[in-house]
Amino acid sequence: MALLQIEKLTHLFGGLRAVSDLNLVLEGGELMGLIGPNGAGKTTVFNLVSGFYRPSEGQIRFLDQDIRGMRPHEVTALGIARTFQNIRLWNSLSVFENLCVSQHHQLGCGFLQSVLRTSRFIKSERRVKRTAQELMDLLGLRHCALEIPKNLPYGLQRRVEIGRALSLRPRLLLLDEPAAGMNPGEVDRLIELILWIRDEFKLTICLIEHHMRVVMSVCEKMKVLDFGETIAEGRPDEIRQDPRVIEAYLGEEEPGHAGGI
Amino acid sequence: MRAYSSILSYTILCVLAVAASKYGILNAYLQLILMYVGINIILSTSLNIVNGYMGEFSVGHAGFMAVGAYVASILSVMLFAGSSIFGPPILPPSSAIYLFPVTLVAGGAAAALAGLLVAIPSFKTRGDYLAIITLAVNYIVKSSVENIQPIGGARGFMGMRNVIDSMQKVINLPWIMIWVLICVGVTVWIIHRFVNTTYGKGIVAIRDDEIAAEIMSINTRRMKIVAFMLSSGLAGVAGGLFAHVLGYINPGTFTIMKSTEVLVMVYLGGMGSLSGSVMSAIVFTLALEAFRPLGIVKWVVVPLLLILLMLFRPEGIMGHRELPDVFPKLRKLFKSYES
Repeated sequence: MALLQIEKLTHLFGGLRAVSDLNLVLEGGELMGLIGPNGAGKTTVFNLVSGFYRPSEGQIRFLDQDIRGMRPHEVTALGIARTFQNIRLWNSLSVFENLCVSQHHQLGCGFLQSVLRTSRFIKSERRVKRTAQELMDLLGLRHCALEIPKNLPYGLQRRVEIGRALSLRPRLLLLDEPAAGMNPGEVDRLIELILWIRDEFKLTICLIEHHMRVVMSVCEKMKVLDFGETIAEGRPDEIRQDPRVIEAYLGEEEPGHAGGI
Repeated sequence: MRAYSSILSYTILCVLAVAASKYGILNAYLQLILMYVGINIILSTSLNIVNGYMGEFSVGHAGFMAVGAYVASILSVMLFAGSSIFGPPILPPSSAIYLFPVTLVAGGAAAALAGLLVAIPSFKTRGDYLAIITLAVNYIVKSSVENIQPIGGARGFMGMRNVIDSMQKVINLPWIMIWVLICVGVTVWIIHRFVNTTYGKGIVAIRDDEIAAEIMSINTRRMKIVAFMLSSGLAGVAGGLFAHVLGYINPGTFTIMKSTEVLVMVYLGGMGSLSGSVMSAIVFTLALEAFRPLGIVKWVVVPLLLILLMLFRPEGIMGHRELPDVFPKLRKLFKSYES
């Protein structure tokens, strides 16, 4: 049973066909990349999977459960976590609090227990804080635990975002352009981080990325979208030679120029 | 013992205030001011939950106060005092001494239910649009009350004074002041505990980025319902207390003017700052009383102060911070600030 199965997924925004007949199968432990020019529909796919939109047509099954139409926090509770293209950390809360509050669903306590501070509440808070501290240690964020995210360098903010997604204990992690805005040093560390968390947390990861170095180093298989349609899929070395992919990114090849990304 | 030192200090202050009232050190006017301060503390801290911590724009807080005021008053009069509308009291008036809080809780519960009228639209709207809805709810409540003739309509409702008197006949203490002080303590205690837990911080997450909150497993609809109901429920309790302090209520008290006063207190103190709301409620109530000699000009001065506030210190006295952030020595009093 595949972890994630997407069949004939199509989504329309009015007359605009953002995603067209997408088929995707992800097995546990895989590292997949979703690439394509801007506007190709990649983030829409993520939004459909995470529950922000209900697909116009097609099926999305996670662990063999139909997740179309579920609200985002329900999809998250099933085991899918995602990060955003623009960092969406909570800037009134410290890094530590960000990592705690994302465990909201796992609290097991409601209003009454929180106000009355029952023993169940105390145990839950202890567990949440311990998880947040472990994540900070693993991701090298201890030194900025009490900082608010917007005061941190971009690379660290990304790391906090990934940490926040990890605190949800997901099976599937969707990373939306994690290398956006990073300098080469930060990109190297990101590549290491992604490979490491896949092994350490036994995750399946699907990545949207424009940064070719990240995609080529990290992904085991890739899918290329353009105008909502799948134009190529396969291993990274196959994709980089594919003329359709080259055309989508760079335009038609002019005579006398070498191809390749 | 440290955890309870703030509760202890507050209890001591309350006992002093009650003793001062009973033995005439505080005259009736000062007692009234103290009770107004208390009621305003409850109103501004409760509105801060929604406007400050959750970042919504609710401008109809007086509507929930009205619901609480009327439900508590009607119940109170029906149960403990005779009236021409409801007939003789259902319970012996002397039982008011221990059953009075039931009317306050009933008022709060009714107001909390009314809070759903605003909570549910908040799922789909935010900002200015939600503000209009909250304003509409304020007017709906006021107009509904005006049209219910059996409880006095626009003429108002009275009889609460008898309930307080019957309590004082059993044991001669300033009961309504005691209940105001107790409710202020409970309100601040509940809100402080709520917002300092991971559960409560979910509403701050909603303010900062609702989409991220939704994706990070926070059930935003449930949190909004909790926040709105808590906020309006506490406003209802304030309304019930207000009704019994005055002895008479009419719908004209609970208009947008009243809602604006509460808004001013929240902005003055700082959104998302509990100690700010408490301080601003005290400052605002006392300032309003100090300006009383100006008569109608008071209503020019107060909005003018609001304009100056928005221009020169829009974040309010405390901004987003709490008192222990500004005065670290106060951390000894508040256990929750140890991380």
